[in-house]
Amino acid sequence: MTLVHAPSPATTPARPRPGRSRPLRRHAWSLLFLAPAAVWLAVVVIYPVFATIRYSLFNDSGSFVGLSNYKNLFTTNSLLIPFRNNVIWVVIFPFFVTVFGLVFAVLSERIRWATAFKAIIVMPIVFSTTASALVWTNIFDLDPHVGAVNAAVQAVSDWFNPPGAYPVDTAAGQTVAALASAGDRSANGAILSTATVHPGDTVRLGLIGISPLTLQRLGAKPPRQPTAAPGSITGVVWRDFSPAHPTDRSTLYPDEQGLPMLHLALLGAGGSSVASTTTDTRGLFRFSGVPPGTYRVQVVPSNFQAGFTGTFWLGPQSLTPTGSASQTAQALLSVPLIDVGMIIAYLWIWSGFSMVLIGAGLSALDRQVLEAARVDGATEWQTFRRVTMPLLAPVLTVVFVTAVINVLKIFDIVVNMAPGASQQQANTLALQIYNSGFSGGIHTGLASAIAVILFVLVVPAMVWNLKKLRASNT
Amino acid sequence: MAIATLPEDLSPPGRAVAAAIPPTPRHRLRPWRPGRLGVNLVLALVAAAWLVPTVALLIVSFRPESLYETSGWWKVFTDPSQLTAGNYSTLFRQGLVAGGLLDSLLTSIEITVPATLLVTVISSLAGYSLTFGRWRGGNAVFYTVVGLMVVPFQVALLPVVELYRAFGAATGFNPYGTIEGVVIFHVAFGLPFGIFLMRNYYLGIPSELVEAGRIDGAGEWLLFRRLIIPLGMPAAASLAIFQFIWVWNDLFVALVFLGGYSHYPLTIYLYDQTRALAANYWVVATGAIVSVVVPLTVFFSFQRYFVRGMLAGSVK
Repeated sequence: MTLVHAPSPATTPARPRPGRSRPLRRHAWSLLFLAPAAVWLAVVVIYPVFATIRYSLFNDSGSFVGLSNYKNLFTTNSLLIPFRNNVIWVVIFPFFVTVFGLVFAVLSERIRWATAFKAIIVMPIVFSTTASALVWTNIFDLDPHVGAVNAAVQAVSDWFNPPGAYPVDTAAGQTVAALASAGDRSANGAILSTATVHPGDTVRLGLIGISPLTLQRLGAKPPRQPTAAPGSITGVVWRDFSPAHPTDRSTLYPDEQGLPMLHLALLGAGGSSVASTTTDTRGLFRFSGVPPGTYRVQVVPSNFQAGFTGTFWLGPQSLTPTGSASQTAQALLSVPLIDVGMIIAYLWIWSGFSMVLIGAGLSALDRQVLEAARVDGATEWQTFRRVTMPLLAPVLTVVFVTAVINVLKIFDIVVNMAPGASQQQANTLALQIYNSGFSGGIHTGLASAIAVILFVLVVPAMVWNLKKLRASNT
Repeated sequence: MAIATLPEDLSPPGRAVAAAIPPTPRHRLRPWRPGRLGVNLVLALVAAAWLVPTVALLIVSFRPESLYETSGWWKVFTDPSQLTAGNYSTLFRQGLVAGGLLDSLLTSIEITVPATLLVTVISSLAGYSLTFGRWRGGNAVFYTVVGLMVVPFQVALLPVVELYRAFGAATGFNPYGTIEGVVIFHVAFGLPFGIFLMRNYYLGIPSELVEAGRIDGAGEWLLFRRLIIPLGMPAAASLAIFQFIWVWNDLFVALVFLGGYSHYPLTIYLYDQTRALAANYWVVATGAIVSVVVPLTVFFSFQRYFVRGMLAGSVK
């Protein structure tokens, strides 16, 4: 088409084309330009809003039920949980995301590497919430060997209360006695050789119920037959379970493993410890220079000392004491721990957004006003509190309201971050819409009623937006 | 006097004092304070904390599957030999099988590119019409659009599924469970912000430019193509980047509208992997890194436009 090669019309001399400049024709063009957007919005946004309101008044088989879907919503305990969680999100998240944004924006004005800092904070915004949720699931993992948070807690806990290499979690119902195999007995949290030994003898202590993961971590190798040595008591402690010979105890097999790093004591006739040693990677040990006498070998209790084994940070347990309350009160008042984890993850994602917005607001501030306040003798804090903050108020409000709207629709982070056990306690309105309307049993009436409520909740934001727009247009 | 040059109504309290003092170079205005070191330290800690999750994910994706359960990713710092690209080659070697990583990557692109282009073009057209169109009711339309900006898309899901069915019954093509169905929905919910952004940007273009073109006899299409599109490029870029990242990262819409379709975008791929019973976090981590590379590239290449889009959306 020739038009494509036409020079910019703003700079070309007049080329009379009478028909083109007629107002009616221009009017038609304008409407034509608007048409795709108008049709699209009318059909896929505006009509559905009304249709959803209509659906919410019908039951799943299509008969009119008035407001009974809404009534169900507010009288079913499991459906109150999403409301409670939305309230928790709205109360906590917008406040903190605004504060983080403000602090980061203000502080980053004072460093030379502000650009790098801002890039690091903003980066998570471009990640999908799905990916971010996965990252945080890993960080909060229950196993201190996987999750960084539990690993950090464990490191601190271990410093004060060192655990053994073979922790037995008594809280989970495990016992040291259960580890004893043929030829051992257990007493007072320790494991003893049943037979008494003398210098020059060898001892074999088989233990069962040791996790292969523990052994892998300790670098365990297959056990070896201990060699007797005069004046010494030698022996082996091993995991007395061979996958190839699952029922055979007391025999050393190459597919078994020695127990490394095990602390052993040599008990004299009176039952008190006379020597101690530690096993090697094959579970072998040796007490040298043992005077003649009768002894027993003991696997000391400290080996089985359980340290910190991890907190289920993404668990459904409530932070508020609601144990004895009624079901309804529990649904309404408990604050599950999982919410805290998800809010932390969400702050990680969105703090960059508020930082950028507030940062822009800051740089638009009149520097002279701030300097004036300082010259007048105001301290840094007074200047911030009395001058900067009031001037920033409009931006802070925008950030806060945006966060509220964002959080009302919260879905991705919940569906991806809450493990199955916590999903119900972490439920939100948007997730309930999905669960009611699209997965499992289809309850269109109920899903629509929740959607309508969600819509009603954002109406104030809509009005606020329009008012703001009006004010700026006049 | 310096004060005289300042219009009275614009001077906030205290300004007179400031103006009376000769301007000081910037570095003198902010003398060294003991707090400066503290600020650097605090922000360094914050930055480090902010990087931890990303670094963790990256390292997990580069460690062998077998190590995941036995030792933390941080062990890599003492034993760098753990690093391997094995996870990536395993996943990429699957090739383009439905439900595989590469297939999901392709599906994400198939959804995101048209959704982004359509929103950008349609918003530009509508923005032009609302800014320069000489017809009554433009403001009412614009206010409606601004009102629609906050409508949660969840409100529209069920009726749109029904609409798709009805359309399918009438024409034989049911967009439900197809890429088209997802794109149509994304475009609809991208338009309000898009029109808002484009219209606000076009307001800054002097209307004399358009008027001059009209007097010269240029048609609306020509004006749009040759004048408005080039001038509005920065806003269009911001919008496109925003829309791209939003659609790329969407899980909910795809979950609803791709029911029964055998190809999924990356977000669903990751969602499915986490739902799977077997512990396969290495697949998840590797997939997540792959899913993040595209938007990160977009972000770092067009950071300026991205930030501008964020500001345009909220700050007036």
